Amino acid sequence: MGQVVDIQEHKHLLEIKQVNIEGYDGERWKPIVHSMDLHLKRGEVLGLIGESGAGKSTLGLAAMGYAQSGCRIVSGSIGFDGIDLMALSEQAQIDLRGSRIAYVAQSAAASFNPAHRLIDQFAEGPVQHGLMSYKDAVAKAIDLYRKLDLPHPEKIGYRYPHQVSGGQLQRAMVAMAMATDPDIIIFDEPTTALDVTTQIEVLVAIKDVIKELNTGAIYITHDLAVVAQLADRIMVLRHGKLVEEGDARRMLDNPREDYTRRLLAVRSLGEKKLLLERDPNVVLEISGVSAGYQKDVNVVQDINLKVRRRKTVAVVGESGSGKTTVARIVTGLLPANRGQITFNKKVLSPDLASRDRECLRRLQMIYQMPDVALNPRQKIKTIIGRPLSFYFNMKGKELTKRVEELLKMVELPLHYINRFPAELSGGEKQRICIARALAANPDLIICDEVTSALDQLVAEGILNLLQRLQNELGISYLFITHDLATVKAIADEIVVMYKGRIVEQGSKNEILQPPHHDYTQLLLSSVPEMDPDWLDNLLEEREAV
Amino acid sequence: MLTLIKQSPLSAKIGMLIILINLGTVLLAPQIAPYGETELIGDVWAPMSAEHLLGTDQLGRDMFTRVLYGARNTISIALAIVFLSFGFGCSCGLLAATLGGWVDQLLGRVVDVVMAFPTLIFALMVLSVLGTSIPTLIFVIAILDSTRVFRVSRAVAMDIEVMDFVEVARLRGEGLWWIMCNEILPNALPPLIAEFGLRFCFVFLFISSLSFLGLGIQPPTADWGSMVRENAGAISFGIFSPMFPALAIAVLTIGVNLVVDWMLKRSSMLRA
Repeated sequence: MGQVVDIQEHKHLLEIKQVNIEGYDGERWKPIVHSMDLHLKRGEVLGLIGESGAGKSTLGLAAMGYAQSGCRIVSGSIGFDGIDLMALSEQAQIDLRGSRIAYVAQSAAASFNPAHRLIDQFAEGPVQHGLMSYKDAVAKAIDLYRKLDLPHPEKIGYRYPHQVSGGQLQRAMVAMAMATDPDIIIFDEPTTALDVTTQIEVLVAIKDVIKELNTGAIYITHDLAVVAQLADRIMVLRHGKLVEEGDARRMLDNPREDYTRRLLAVRSLGEKKLLLERDPNVVLEISGVSAGYQKDVNVVQDINLKVRRRKTVAVVGESGSGKTTVARIVTGLLPANRGQITFNKKVLSPDLASRDRECLRRLQMIYQMPDVALNPRQKIKTIIGRPLSFYFNMKGKELTKRVEELLKMVELPLHYINRFPAELSGGEKQRICIARALAANPDLIICDEVTSALDQLVAEGILNLLQRLQNELGISYLFITHDLATVKAIADEIVVMYKGRIVEQGSKNEILQPPHHDYTQLLLSSVPEMDPDWLDNLLEEREAV
Repeated sequence: MLTLIKQSPLSAKIGMLIILINLGTVLLAPQIAPYGETELIGDVWAPMSAEHLLGTDQLGRDMFTRVLYGARNTISIALAIVFLSFGFGCSCGLLAATLGGWVDQLLGRVVDVVMAFPTLIFALMVLSVLGTSIPTLIFVIAILDSTRVFRVSRAVAMDIEVMDFVEVARLRGEGLWWIMCNEILPNALPPLIAEFGLRFCFVFLFISSLSFLGLGIQPPTADWGSMVRENAGAISFGIFSPMFPALAIAVLTIGVNLVVDWMLKRSSMLRA
């Protein structure tokens, strides 16, 4: 670090004192952030860490004197460079935002207007605030695009948002935030939606440009390893309260609070894998399968893989590598153009409509987003009970008893039986999805990114549960994920996919130990580690190669 | 159910009261009404008095009696039309969204053709061919209205159809009926209920336009829409009588929408 010579001499650029923020839940106002203090010096990077609902985004926005609709800042003071933001008029606040305080949102794809060129959207802020002419803004944009290492900085601005990649778009948004040389930038999970390989590009760009322009930054994320690369100081939040605050290195080396320690712990499973000899029973075999969404255009090609009983096969790759397509082929939603799938020694017909009920029962699926995988209008009893009545003709007391058993299996209290999904948390909803899949007594469960939408600690709980169920019931999993930490925790075998093809496959140890295929190497080395020097070291290594 | 009504906000209670009063009138009009529906009892456009609570109409019939009977005719016909058009439009809309492919195309194009004609002219054509009786009237307006319901329900259902929980049901091997009724319909209800409230009110106006052209409810049968039209001339003489059927339409419209609003709010709260 050490990019600022005398941090101590600077006064606090941003000083939030005893701020209380409330949110409206449809009936009454509930506190989201409890009497929080926050301060930031010029050129300092502050990491805000916490799981969803911790209030970190709300606090980040409050630093601009802004509250999202449905939220209000109840009390406290927000001082920015000697100005009290709370006392300013709406117009004066707007003048500050986007000129002296800027914001980078999580999803660049959703934040850019698809109908305008990047450079016009870049210029809008400075021109609107009367800081630059359009021409100057264009020159500035090109300069920033170059600093952020975007390809063809002179030309890329004249493209539309859909014409550049996700990582490039995120960097273009960082450039937009920097357009007016703001004193503070608030980064709200800017890399969460990106693949690990793209995440690095953006992290490097952010790190360099903040250092060069000596901008103060608040970096909001749920991923400690990411923040470790950037932040000078870290604040850990939980339920709208501060858990721990301190110098980044100190906190990573020596966390004081138990909660921080749990966040820091490398993802590990409490449940041990049952180490059995290779079960000769192959549950699912895919051989030579190619498929695509149009005729003669194959998105995935020549897929061969085997899933054995009581084993977990993880399919990894970045987005667009075709891993979800593989799941859709197995379930019959996307009929294969070529190749053959064998399930329980029987050849599966390629399309869903011609599969029999018994075969559908044995093959279940769990989805990434439990929110949309559960019908919001059905009670838990119906959601879990329907497969029971559908496949096993269970009724009345027998059905209720079995639903209760299943709830117990996924470690949820029995009184949830009469609740609606909206009354459950994200992790609990995912457990309901698991219970619904279990209700069918399946041989194979396809898990499509089942932990990516969940907070780290909750995800760990889900992985533990899946492992325990595998040990007890002997289910096999086809585990689709982009998260290598998850793979390390749960997989027996790994299949690495890239651009619709399998580039490497084998047992976990074979894949995770060198020598690697080039792409596997890139993927493995891109996963951020808790070490604050990791990013610098990695860049040096890559340059050396 | 009772506790549900008790917990409802004041606006919804007012709405329910209005609807209850109207339904009461529908059932009890002959008992409450002081005179006969088509009875001529006094001067033309007599002012309000103890004998004629709301005055008399353009032929000297008692306005109060006419408004009561008008409720009976208008509301029952409008309800029949709306239920029929929703039953038909929604089932086709959900079917098109769930099945997709050629079913969707076929239904969609048929609806396009029907919608290409201005509704009023289409209704006039059909009614003059089939003749005007109340069942034909109900049937024709219901079919015409169901094209709009089809559009709305199909659009809503399309959004729900792509959700993972519908895919889960498909993968489970569920049939069309279960997917339509248990997975899609309950989630499509809020916008459909809102549409129901609106359609119900539009139907009054449509019936009255048809009546004005001589193809709707035939005189001397009382209905609110045609009563407004028939008495409209009185306004220029400063006479209030046409205001009363108009007021009845307005009050019922507001009442229905107050209840619909509350139902919308309640059902949207269940969504995450």
